[in-house]
Amino acid sequence: MAAPLVLVVLVAVTVRAALYRSSLAAFISERVEVASPLNAWKRVVEGLALLDLGVSPYSGAIFHETPLIIYLFHFLIEYAELVFMITDVLTAVALYLAIQDFNKVVFKKQKLLIELDKYAPDVAELIQTPMEMHYIPLKVALFYLLNPYTVMSCVAKSTCAINNTVIAFFILATIKGSAFLSAVFLALATYQSLYPLTLFAPALLYLLQRQFIPIKLRSKSFWLYTMQYAALYLCSLVVIICLSFFLLNSWDFIPSVYGFILSVPDLTPNIGLFWYFFAEMFEHFSLFFVCVFQINVFFYTIPLAIKLKEHPVFFMFVQIAIISIFKSYPTVGDIALYMAFLPVWSHLYRFLRNIFILSCVLIVCSLLFPVLWHLWIYAGSANSNFYYAITLTFNIGQILLISDYFYAFLRREYYLTHGLHLTRQDGTEAMLVLNCAFHCDLSHQLWAVQEELKKVSELIPGLHLWPRRSSDHKLTVTASWRCLLLWRFPLHCFDQ
Amino acid sequence: MTTPEAVAIGRAAGSGSGRWGGGMLAAVLLLLLLLAAGPGRAGAGRARRDALREELLLSPLPAGDVAATFQFRTRWDADLQRGAVSHYRLFPKALGQLVAALGVRELHLALTQGFWRTRAWGQPPLQAPAGAELWVWFQPTVTDVDKAWKELSNILSGIFCASLNFIDSTNTVTPTASFKPLGLANGTDHHLLRYAVLPREVVCTENLTPWKKLLPCGSKAGLAVLLKAERLFHSSYHSQAVHIRPICRDASCLAVSWELRQTLTVVFDTFSSGQGKKDWSLFKMFSRTLTDACPLASQSKVYVDISPKNKEKELLEVTPPPTSVHEAIVQGDKRTYAVYDLLSPSLFNTSRSLNVQLKWKRPQDSSELPTPILHAQRYVSGYGLQTGEISTLIYNTHPYRAFPVILLETVPWYLRLYVHTLTIITKGKENKPSYIHYQPAQDRRRPHLLEMLIQLPANSVTKITIQFERALLKWTEYTPDPNHGFYVSSSVLSALVPSVIAMKDVDVEQSPLFTSLFPSSDGSSYFVRLYTEPLLVNLPTPDFSMPYNVICLTCTVVAVCYGSFYNLLTRTFHVEEPSRGGLAKRLANVIRKFRGVPPL
Repeated sequence: MAAPLVLVVLVAVTVRAALYRSSLAAFISERVEVASPLNAWKRVVEGLALLDLGVSPYSGAIFHETPLIIYLFHFLIEYAELVFMITDVLTAVALYLAIQDFNKVVFKKQKLLIELDKYAPDVAELIQTPMEMHYIPLKVALFYLLNPYTVMSCVAKSTCAINNTVIAFFILATIKGSAFLSAVFLALATYQSLYPLTLFAPALLYLLQRQFIPIKLRSKSFWLYTMQYAALYLCSLVVIICLSFFLLNSWDFIPSVYGFILSVPDLTPNIGLFWYFFAEMFEHFSLFFVCVFQINVFFYTIPLAIKLKEHPVFFMFVQIAIISIFKSYPTVGDIALYMAFLPVWSHLYRFLRNIFILSCVLIVCSLLFPVLWHLWIYAGSANSNFYYAITLTFNIGQILLISDYFYAFLRREYYLTHGLHLTRQDGTEAMLVLNCAFHCDLSHQLWAVQEELKKVSELIPGLHLWPRRSSDHKLTVTASWRCLLLWRFPLHCFDQ
Repeated sequence: MTTPEAVAIGRAAGSGSGRWGGGMLAAVLLLLLLLAAGPGRAGAGRARRDALREELLLSPLPAGDVAATFQFRTRWDADLQRGAVSHYRLFPKALGQLVAALGVRELHLALTQGFWRTRAWGQPPLQAPAGAELWVWFQPTVTDVDKAWKELSNILSGIFCASLNFIDSTNTVTPTASFKPLGLANGTDHHLLRYAVLPREVVCTENLTPWKKLLPCGSKAGLAVLLKAERLFHSSYHSQAVHIRPICRDASCLAVSWELRQTLTVVFDTFSSGQGKKDWSLFKMFSRTLTDACPLASQSKVYVDISPKNKEKELLEVTPPPTSVHEAIVQGDKRTYAVYDLLSPSLFNTSRSLNVQLKWKRPQDSSELPTPILHAQRYVSGYGLQTGEISTLIYNTHPYRAFPVILLETVPWYLRLYVHTLTIITKGKENKPSYIHYQPAQDRRRPHLLEMLIQLPANSVTKITIQFERALLKWTEYTPDPNHGFYVSSSVLSALVPSVIAMKDVDVEQSPLFTSLFPSSDGSSYFVRLYTEPLLVNLPTPDFSMPYNVICLTCTVVAVCYGSFYNLLTRTFHVEEPSRGGLAKRLANVIRKFRGVPPL
């Protein structure tokens, strides 16, 4: 297994080294999709230049890296290309090892469940075989190292690659079950870009699962372990932040890094949703929407933790994807990280509904980014709306991709317990639908109204407006009225 | 009653009686006249405490244009800061009170339209950047300099009808080396200095009128008669300025006097408006002639630069014959001036008005323009709306002397300068600045400030380049005409230029005013402050008609995510219920029911 990995690494390093030497390097590093104000290499160099001039790098609005990055590149500025290649390789290797371990866990769990007869009898074709799982770690490394997004990010020397490495190490530490290292790397990732804070929940869930601690709010051991992990995390965060303070002897980096991430003052176009929205926002609503958009990133964590508490690694994947879609300064490097996980979920492929369309959308959008940028900025024949439109499409594509994976995952879980060949009561082949707990979709409401009218019609003898149904529908009228009330919130019944 | 005192008293009474009724006015006038007849006369015996000098310098420029520089200097032997001053005579009360109330030590305001082309026109007597420039030194007693600065710019905005109220933290800087106090100062703590330029400011008549009103004689008598707005703004360059500074009262410098200089420089293109001839006269330029001196002025002179360009005999003649000829060394150059003293009675003997005329005896070939020792140009390069580069070229044409120059760049925050891309190249080699002060910009709060001390080798061109990135602003932050571009104010070059000719120490009080604003340190060099061209930079713009659409579309995308996840999180999978049919089927069944046909 090691030989193919080494081969992949060699190919990846060669590609990167060749691109560094080519004229494309300068072009790629100027691309707004690759380098955001938060992680552009140009700004790192600027920060170091400011430090050399005796000016605090955080006194201006250019530099937004953390002090540890300054410290790192203060010594390694000459070897920057090497550093970025190494970080990419490290990320890939960490992911490789993590997924290898994860596969073992998945296999064991699957075996256990089969032995315990928890699966439906006809789900043999859904079970992951060791043959299938054998190449997944390699595919993950391949997906990360040879993903054009990663390559471009590396060639542009975006410090996003470093954040990815930290997150990859965090995943590795978590999957290996080392609570201490996991907390340290999570603190480091949080310190680097703030949003990985939300990965606390999946990591905790995974570690609890590994320790065979039941996730019950009443359970004492659950709280004990949570407290332990949280304390480890907070302590390492405090230590890292204090260390940064002592490096520059000032707290200036807090507003300049985290304030910058949260308040979004720099509206340089990128692939995210923030820049044009806040460029066009009415001044007095600006703060409100900044809050809404930032809460949106953190919002999904708790519901996802409840829904996916048995599957923390998938939770982690969804959470990383959400961060990379909704963070304030996203770059393609962030996308590359969650895309590296796609081979892990290759067994979901048969349940994905529109993977072909979505991959086309993502590829076409990626190609259109530079084209429309050129039309807007250089040719002057298009305006900002063109670029904005493509960012919207790209984000819709990502959102639908992630929700498609989420849907496929839930569907597979259902099939595993209920059997692949579902039948109706009358024995015919049944369709699987996603219904909400209150049966609140439109047809159900119509049905409820109908029931209501039927009762009225029963009061008036001789009036038979509706056909009588002999079968007793499980829907009750009170429940349907509750649904009606809930349905007033338009997103509630968003058509899936 | 045509004596200066009477006019002054009349003015004082006039300004004081603005809010009183007509009857009161008469009474007060009578009272003041009585006062004037009594102790006022006696006081006139003592040294006059304030004095006005007015002066007009007419200098033909090498390219064929004519520059006219007016200077009105009011000097007041009183300490404005003490607050004991209540009676204003020549010094404008509005400015005097401003200086006293806000703790201003020195104030320099210039409103300029056009650009002084140093290369073609030579070193200017007083250059100012295009737009409005204001720099102020505050007294060390001022605790909150920023507040005083804000207040001051707002008051000046009212006094001069200029948009100085747009001066805020985003265009104010505190230079550390470029702007030293020009007057009396002990200690130069640069935290007391504020400097701002509004390059977009358009200067016009509404700024000239309040400026003229500050003159003791208004525009009714003296040289100010020539200041006719329609001619002044029909020119290549127009710059009006106000300089207030404390100066030594006498040689011993034990007491402080306050000096107000009002200067106005205007460049007329006589060559194109005079049918290819470079001859000019006061009447041609200003469509007025001089009839008398300002009665309040203690000195009123017109200087005409008649310095021979080459060693040949004089090519030009001025009529009427000047009262005297003055020779001076100005900006390292020996100059000859024909002087008309408007206070000398002989001048108005022959004719009632003075119309200085200059005729060239034979057409002068203007092919060899003398290049000034120090000049600079600046431009922005690069294409597209993402990045760009500001290049400044500084020329030192001195044949054998190198000298240092301080360069001050103020760049607004929306051009994100990358100081690591700063390169200074002289004669193909890198020229390392011996002093560099850089203050990076903060978004929506303060501009970039870059100050450098660069050594210019003899006979060299120094190229300074720095790259920037153009920011996308919020749609409300763009000017009403966003595609016109954004102005970047001129960079400021300050240098002590070595003089070719040794300069004598002259008595400042006696020499013409135009030589005496900048103190020269020693005999071998003279101070020059140059401003480069302002830049016009385009920024990427959002679509200004889109806010609602963008808000709706982006929120929709967020809602798509929210909706999908909400569905997946709250719902569970179920086997599909037996179909009850769609709405159409049910409607059909209802109809079938009425028809008595079995349902579908």
